[in-house]
Amino acid sequence: MLSRDQVLRIARLARIELAGPETEALERSLNGILALVERMARVDTRGVEPMSHPEEAPLRLREDAVTEADGRAAFQAAAPQVEDGLYLVPRVVE
Amino acid sequence: MHRASLAELARALRAKELSSVELTRAQLARIERFNGKLNAFITVDAGKSLAQARAADERLARGDAGPLAGIPIAHKDLFCAKGWRTTCGSRMLADFVAPYDAHVIERFDAAGAVLLGKTNMDEFAMGSSNETSYFGPVRNPWDLDAVPGGSSGGSAAAVAAGLAPGATGTDTGGSIRQPASFTGTCGLRPTYGRVSRYGMVAFASSLDQGGPLARSAEDLAILLDAMAGFDPRDSTSMDRPKDAFAGALAGGAKGLRIGLPREYFTQDLAQDVAGPILEAVEGLRRLGATTVEVSLPNQHLSVPAYYVIAPAEASSNLSRYDGVRYGHRAAEYSGLDDMYAKTRAEGFGAEVKRRIMIGTYVLSHGYYDAYYLQAQRIRRLIAGDFAAAFRKCDLIAGPAAPSVAYDLGAKKDDPVQMYLDDLYTIPINLAGLPGMSIPCGFGAKGRPVGLQIVGNYWDEARMLAAAHAFQQATDWHLRAPPGFD
Repeated sequence: MLSRDQVLRIARLARIELAGPETEALERSLNGILALVERMARVDTRGVEPMSHPEEAPLRLREDAVTEADGRAAFQAAAPQVEDGLYLVPRVVE
Repeated sequence: MHRASLAELARALRAKELSSVELTRAQLARIERFNGKLNAFITVDAGKSLAQARAADERLARGDAGPLAGIPIAHKDLFCAKGWRTTCGSRMLADFVAPYDAHVIERFDAAGAVLLGKTNMDEFAMGSSNETSYFGPVRNPWDLDAVPGGSSGGSAAAVAAGLAPGATGTDTGGSIRQPASFTGTCGLRPTYGRVSRYGMVAFASSLDQGGPLARSAEDLAILLDAMAGFDPRDSTSMDRPKDAFAGALAGGAKGLRIGLPREYFTQDLAQDVAGPILEAVEGLRRLGATTVEVSLPNQHLSVPAYYVIAPAEASSNLSRYDGVRYGHRAAEYSGLDDMYAKTRAEGFGAEVKRRIMIGTYVLSHGYYDAYYLQAQRIRRLIAGDFAAAFRKCDLIAGPAAPSVAYDLGAKKDDPVQMYLDDLYTIPINLAGLPGMSIPCGFGAKGRPVGLQIVGNYWDEARMLAAAHAFQQATDWHLRAPPGFD
């Protein structure tokens, strides 16, 4: 069971601000999901190799070469705030 | 015209009985007429679609047109299409205009298809009822009180109602097969690695796979021929000889060994669904297939394992939505961390927040082994169940969902109950196998039932041939929802 404090801590780690009433509902539903997930706990999986991926082959490597044209202007057109080709964020160092 | 198959449309376009502009206009008119009821499309841009249609007509006149030349196709709104708004059903991307094309979009362009519009979906593909969309729920054309399934609910509803002759979807835990089942359409999730994920907004990268929705197995084959293929920009795209799906449809069902998992036909399966499924299996037998009982003993662990693995991958993938490079940014904040937290609080809906937080938790220090590694071990057990089953059979048949479509709102407040309903589709994603749903009858309230056919890795051609043989002998796939016929 997750406590209210744990829920708030997870939200901080996930960078999601929670509003008061939302926290209560989330606490309930997260605990419901974890109760579902708990069904795995009793299964004996000793000696079973974790499967991270359906493809057993190692991932392909490519040449370390430039393959894309410069799309900076097009990509930055979607940004909330840019200036002189740079992405702007709130000041972090005074 | 709006019930014509892709093969019929391609023939009529080549014979000049129909132009792409006429066909595209007709589909746009149907969208205009019915989308208010169904909410299947998020974005329609008649000017863009008709420009593509005119270009297709010119190529058709010159005789150098691709296999889908001039045919309008709808795309789930998580495939980036250059110059088109690509929202992923989220406020986070509500105004995002994609600066590049997904590989799937490039493939449809190369085949000459017209982009008809972007379809509604559960937010970031997280949902099974299409009720988590920021743009409102989609309704099921068979019964406007019912959900269409999800997350590719807009694509499924559009195809069922004749707003589009074919569409794309994605399937991470059943998001093509379950809406296909709920709307009486056909949907195929290919083998993991068959269709490039490049330009497809990521949810859970080891499970996501794009695939087609259409009104027949033959049309699925035509669409899969266009979509599939190696793409070096997706590190998990498989470089293998190209299969010809439409060309292999005549393979039939004769001599196929159909596996019936003991665990699929239990009290979890509603009677009104079990009846049509067993009847369809009987139909496959009449076509010369044999049946054999198989067992998937770890099937019941698939939903719990999925709700660790998929949220874990989602929490990582969705960390990119930070309000800096694209997407929503909160209007007011006090510093960088506050900007992130408020942006994500405003941009994501409740279901997405739940999954990000579960993922954050199971990946955090002290819980990683108990949850994440244990889920990955169970994933291997589930894949092993299928490997054992496929030593005894060629295809596996069963339901795609435990019930017919339910009413809007019926499960909205009980996420766990909705998750558990994906018990027949999720194991296939965990294993990375291909699966499809085709209509095979009707259950309670006249709502459609889908037969799920699961194949071994890379065996889509055999699945499609069996489904095509079934559809040559039956007419479930030709039924149209009343009011949309």
